[in-house]
Formats: sequence, C-alpha cells, structure tokens
Amino acid sequence: MSMIEIKNLHKYFGDLEVLRGIDLTVDESEVVCLIGSSGSGKSTLLRCINFLEEKNEGEIYIDGQLVTAKDINQIRQKVGMVFQRFNLFPHMTVLQNVMEGPITVKKMDQKKARELAMALLEKVNLLDKADEYPAMLSGGQQQRVAIARSLAMEPKVILFDEPTSALDPELVGEVLGVMNDLAKEGRTMIIVTHEMGFAKEVADRVIFIHEGQIAEEGTPEDIFDRPENERLQNFLGQILV
Amino acid sequence: MDAIINNSIEFFKTVVEFAPKFIPGVILTLQLAFFSIILGMIIGLVVAVLKLTKYKWLKKIMDVYITIVRGTPLLLQLYFIFYGLPSLGIMIDSFPSAIIALALHNGAYISEIFRGSIESIDYGQREAARSLGMTKWQAMKRVVLPQAFKRSVPALGNQFIIAVKDSSLASVITITETMLLARQFGAATFNVFPIYFTAGVYYLIITMGLTKVLSIVEQKLKVNER
Repeated sequence: MSMIEIKNLHKYFGDLEVLRGIDLTVDESEVVCLIGSSGSGKSTLLRCINFLEEKNEGEIYIDGQLVTAKDINQIRQKVGMVFQRFNLFPHMTVLQNVMEGPITVKKMDQKKARELAMALLEKVNLLDKADEYPAMLSGGQQQRVAIARSLAMEPKVILFDEPTSALDPELVGEVLGVMNDLAKEGRTMIIVTHEMGFAKEVADRVIFIHEGQIAEEGTPEDIFDRPENERLQNFLGQILV
Repeated sequence: MDAIINNSIEFFKTVVEFAPKFIPGVILTLQLAFFSIILGMIIGLVVAVLKLTKYKWLKKIMDVYITIVRGTPLLLQLYFIFYGLPSLGIMIDSFPSAIIALALHNGAYISEIFRGSIESIDYGQREAARSLGMTKWQAMKRVVLPQAFKRSVPALGNQFIIAVKDSSLASVITITETMLLARQFGAATFNVFPIYFTAGVYYLIITMGLTKVLSIVEQKLKVNER
C-alpha cells in the first residue's frame, strides 16, 4: 500500500523553478533516501510533503488523504520531521520537548505523555538526560531527542532533512544508529542525506534528484554500483573520492 | 566655613522634615507606574501579536496607533485625554486619564520590544512546532512567546524605568504625585533645593529597586542557557 503519493509536483521560488514535476510513490515500511547536489531541490521536496513549503502545482497524498492547506495540522500529526539543525525547544527540558507534541496537539494527559516520552528516550538511549536542557547536550544527543520528539506523535512517515549534516563527524554514528533501528522496525522514512554509506546500507530505494527532477532511481546497488545517468556518475565521483 | 556647615545642617533638616510628607505622592507615583506598566505590557503583547497576523488591515491599525503614540509628546497625550476628550463629551477622572495615557504610551513602545524579540526567534522553532501539528497560535504560545519574553527582559527593564519617570508628567493633570508635591512644597517654603533633592532620592530608590527586581528575574530566566 502506498503511504505517500506525489503527482506532478512543481515548486517555484520567484521565477526559479526548484521542483519541475516530481512523481514519487513511497510504500508503507519503505525507506527512501534522496540524494543530489546542493540546490537540486531535494530538501524542498521534503518540505513540500508536510507543507513547510507551499507547492505551486501537483498533488500529494499521505496515507490516502490529499494534503491541503486546510487540514494541514491534522496531516502533520501523521508526518514526523527531523531537521538538520535539530530545532529543539531550548526553554524546555529534554523530557518536556518530547512530551510537548502529545500534550499540546493530541491533548494527551500529563502522566500518559510522560510515560510515552520516557519510553522513547530510553529507545534513543537518553533516559539519563531527561531533565537536562537541550543546551547541555551534544549535537548527536540533541538530534536523538529530536527524533524521539517526532516519534512521540506516532507518525506514519518520518521525514529527515539532512539529519547528520550539522554534526561533528564522531557524533554522526549514534544518530544513524537510531535511524537504522527505526528502519528495521518497519517505519516509513524519507531521508535527505549526504551519508552515502548509510543510504547504501539502510535504503530500500535511492533517488537521485537533479535540477528539480528525479534523474535516476533504483536500489542502492543500482544507484551506487551501476549508475547510468551521467550527472549521477559525476555526483558520485565527486563525493566518493 | 561655618556658613557651609550651617547651610548643610539646614539643608538636611529640611530634607528630614519633608521626606515623610512625600509619602502620599510616592504612593501615587508607584500606583501610576505599576498600572501603566501592567496595562502597557498587555497592550504591547496584544499589539505585537496582532501585527504578526496575516490580516493587513489589523497591522495597519496597529501601525497607526504606534505612529501616533511615538510621534507625539506624552505631555500632549495627557492633555488630550484629560482636557481634550471632554469637549467630545467623554469625561474621565484625572487618575484613570493618567493611567490610560501612560498605558497607551508604554504599550506602543513595549509592543515594538515584543515584536523585535518575537522576530528574533529562529524560524526553525516555528517550523518544528508546526511540524508536530501545532496550530499557528499554539506554536506562538508554547514555543515562540516564552523564548521571546525572555529575550525582551532587558529592553522591558529600560521601558519600566522610563515609565516610572514619565509618571511625573501626570502632575499636569492635577495628580499630586511626587513631582507635583515637590512643586507645592517648594512654592510654600521657597526652599526649593532640599525639597527637589528629596523627590530625586525617592525616584532613585524606586528605579534602583526596579532594576534589582529585573536583574533577579533575568537571572531566574537564564537557568536553562549555557
């Protein structure tokens, strides 16, 4: 069953057409990695899926429901988002950050939300940091909290926008580890990443985006070992020195 | 030499004699400052939030309010409300008139303080809140405003101190607060210097106390920052 269906998506920033007709279907439990050079439109595509950017043309269905501006708040509850720069709420403790969505949006009672948040913090291995403020945590720990925060809404899909790009190299592993666990649980994930090793290992499908269009897609083996598109070959040549 | 000593003794005698007589005026000054700050904060918050809504006409109205209040002297605003409005058939007593004028005046400045600090909050904060499914208002209330408020404390402190001192202008609409008392005592005794000195000390005590309270608030709010 398809969890996300995107039809003929176009997005303009002023006169610049950043997305030039994207068609994409993501199945339930599928892990899709979006790769491409900077400015290719991969982050914009991700942000259009939960309306952080408003699309200009095309249709997006999530879990069979057409995404419109009107019921976007309800749809966003089904779509978790993890940002490059974490965007944790600095005035709340780690635990409060994770409880915030369920309490404010789902009106879950405090006790239940706390139990849920504690379980999620345990999952990302940060139970001992529950009462710290984000500023006291390393980047890797902050990003794991951000993942727990998005999981707290029990989303059907999780979008990752370059989740490890702002991290020190030695902290990348712990975040990718958590994402790997999520993939194994059968969660539907769309990941914009520059971590080719990770994409190779975790993705069911890799999509190469070039100048706002899907230039090539396939299994990690197809994309990394037998790239056909010349742009993709150049791109891989540049990053896999 | 003797003259200096004698004059100083006279001076402080007058200060000690008149200091207690200022108390009713000081209480009025405190009341004016307190209400104009509290109401000014409420007006400031409402105006700042309304200015950020998508309704252009609301934003226009708020801009007109801020432009008028910031662009005309407070003295004139006090005259307008107390002496001007009655000619339109609106009679307001002197104390509420003063509170209204001072609160509207502070509200305009405070709204700009709030708007600045709201806009200084990283846009990613709003995006993170919205992507959890929060409405715009929930994101504002739960995520943006608490952080913005903390950032506005130093500038608010400034405005509060100005509010204390500006309350002295209420004397022109017959409110016998500290400065009007000083003028009356001075006219009655012709001993102007020690009396105005006393008034000045009272203002300093109030503003220094306020500064202390604000720095405690600021420290309390800082706990969760690196």
